[in-house]
Amino acid sequence: MADTICRTLRDGGLEGEHAPALTIKDSKASPFGFDVFNYVLTQLSNYILAGKSQSRGLVVVAYSRSPSFYVDLLKRRGIDIASSHDWIHILDCYTDPLGWKNWLIDKDISQEASSLSSFCQDVRNLDKLYSLIIEQGLIGQGKDRFSIAIDSVSEMVRHASISSVAGILSNLRSHDQVSSIFWLLHSDLHEIKFTSVLEYLSSMVASVEPFNQAAFGQRVDLENLSMLEQNFRKGKFHVRFKRRNGRVRVMCEEILVELAGIKFTPVLSEDEIINQRLLPKVQFNLQLSEEERNERAKVVLPFEHQGNGKPIQIYDGRRSLGENKEEALVSTGKLQPDEDSGKGQIIYFRDSDDEMPDSDEDPDDDLDI
Amino acid sequence: MENQNLNLLDRALGLDGPSEPWPLSGRVVLIEDCVETSGSFVLHQLVKRSLSPTSSNVIIFVAFANPFSHYDRILRKLGCNLVTQRDNKRFIFFDMLMLRCPDVDEGKSSEGGLVLLYEKILKTICGLPGDKKDYVTIMIDDISLVEVAANGGSDYVLDFLHYCHALTSEFDCSLITLNHEDIYSSMERPTLILQMEYLADILIKAEPLSTGLATDVHGQLTVLNKGTSHRLGRSGNKIHNFHYKVKENTVEYFYPGSRV
Repeated sequence: MADTICRTLRDGGLEGEHAPALTIKDSKASPFGFDVFNYVLTQLSNYILAGKSQSRGLVVVAYSRSPSFYVDLLKRRGIDIASSHDWIHILDCYTDPLGWKNWLIDKDISQEASSLSSFCQDVRNLDKLYSLIIEQGLIGQGKDRFSIAIDSVSEMVRHASISSVAGILSNLRSHDQVSSIFWLLHSDLHEIKFTSVLEYLSSMVASVEPFNQAAFGQRVDLENLSMLEQNFRKGKFHVRFKRRNGRVRVMCEEILVELAGIKFTPVLSEDEIINQRLLPKVQFNLQLSEEERNERAKVVLPFEHQGNGKPIQIYDGRRSLGENKEEALVSTGKLQPDEDSGKGQIIYFRDSDDEMPDSDEDPDDDLDI
Repeated sequence: MENQNLNLLDRALGLDGPSEPWPLSGRVVLIEDCVETSGSFVLHQLVKRSLSPTSSNVIIFVAFANPFSHYDRILRKLGCNLVTQRDNKRFIFFDMLMLRCPDVDEGKSSEGGLVLLYEKILKTICGLPGDKKDYVTIMIDDISLVEVAANGGSDYVLDFLHYCHALTSEFDCSLITLNHEDIYSSMERPTLILQMEYLADILIKAEPLSTGLATDVHGQLTVLNKGTSHRLGRSGNKIHNFHYKVKENTVEYFYPGSRV
């Protein structure tokens, strides 16, 4: 399911449409958002390098880690940026975000920018930042589209107002040559208002939640230590997709954090949890109990071959039952065309038995409304 | 390292391995404590380990809380002579007790003061001889007083911490800070301490036992060690929890229930 996110970012947006945007959010209780961010970054980079994505380049706006961190990260995942880096550019908002190094009396201490990264020394000026991002994305890409990764919107909003951050993200999303964009947010550092604003701006919201909700916030003792340990290595991953037609889809997975990176595993009985969440809370009982399910399975549908050996009588509405039985007979047994009585038959193939109503697959999905 | 008496805290921090490369290089450690359980003994322990004869570390100690004599007295009891280390240029002490950078005029803003402090730290690191430059540990005691020095400007403090974090990546130095959790507990959204927790690779929490006061146990330490991704071979996220008792010349660490 994390791969679904990466594929959506890979596929990008249609002409005239806003680029798909992903918010990755976490909190102190389950601080794996950065691992998820790195996972998505690596996957997208792989797609770009393989030529499978709509975007031909990537701009990483680095607030919380240095450019060399990302170079090392991608190298460890098998992508050597140092040798070929036309496709990626890192905007360094980490090393000197406020221009303090410019204040230094001894200028020799300041660093040189490399060809892979360029400095942003005033993160308070979001208009300038916007131009820098677009400029970096367009270098070498020409008319091609590029993707943007912002490693911490939480850092970005420390230096600018909520509305200006929302403004720059919205502008980036609507730029013609931005194919997709994703960012990381630590939800407990902000007011709910800011988190909500970003969620409205995004087409996908991936939140990392603690494995054991109850263990968080309490003083450590022998009882909750093992739960805390679990929370430190595992988590829950909820993703909310907003489809083009406005429909919302929620999916859930489990996260396991290992040295090599992060792993996503499906949650058992996922469908039940999701179905329960999607059912509106009304006074009607919209669910089926086990008994009702069994009864429904027993119902004989018209034109269905039950194969129980007995001839089935079907009332065709013109004669009364019992009068002309031969004409009303339908051969029993499934799929037996040899026993065709010569009369008209309807062979009914039942749909898959385990097709649940309200399944997540929306048949109208491919409509471009 | 092998000759010294390693305790549970050393093991939890990964200090029981080879001392080169220094296991805390490039990592950010946050010590959180509260009034009932002061965490400064952890800081003293880390000073002692950093200045051990088998390592080549240099400590830049930014002290807002206590004068040099205080640390000297305590470390002497732990078996470490800070005066000698200071003379050997292994222990560089920044006295910030007047809550302002020594070279700052009165008129400068809080941000300006912190910029100058950062500059001073940066210059000190750059001024070290080549072999020592890679083994710097910056210790700040403590962050709540940095906030006082900045006249409550926690944004400036966060900016300062960010620049110190950038130093860990630029010079591979380690950053060890102390802050008091209970100061922020009444706030609805304690941004400063939360941000520090996000920045930290290792979080050491000193808190009372959930069962209350005891004579034999002064508190419990929880060490959350986030395995950093840039060091291959290091184990993943780990939690350690054990009790401690602070004595005159030493601190004892032991697992719950293992003391008779």
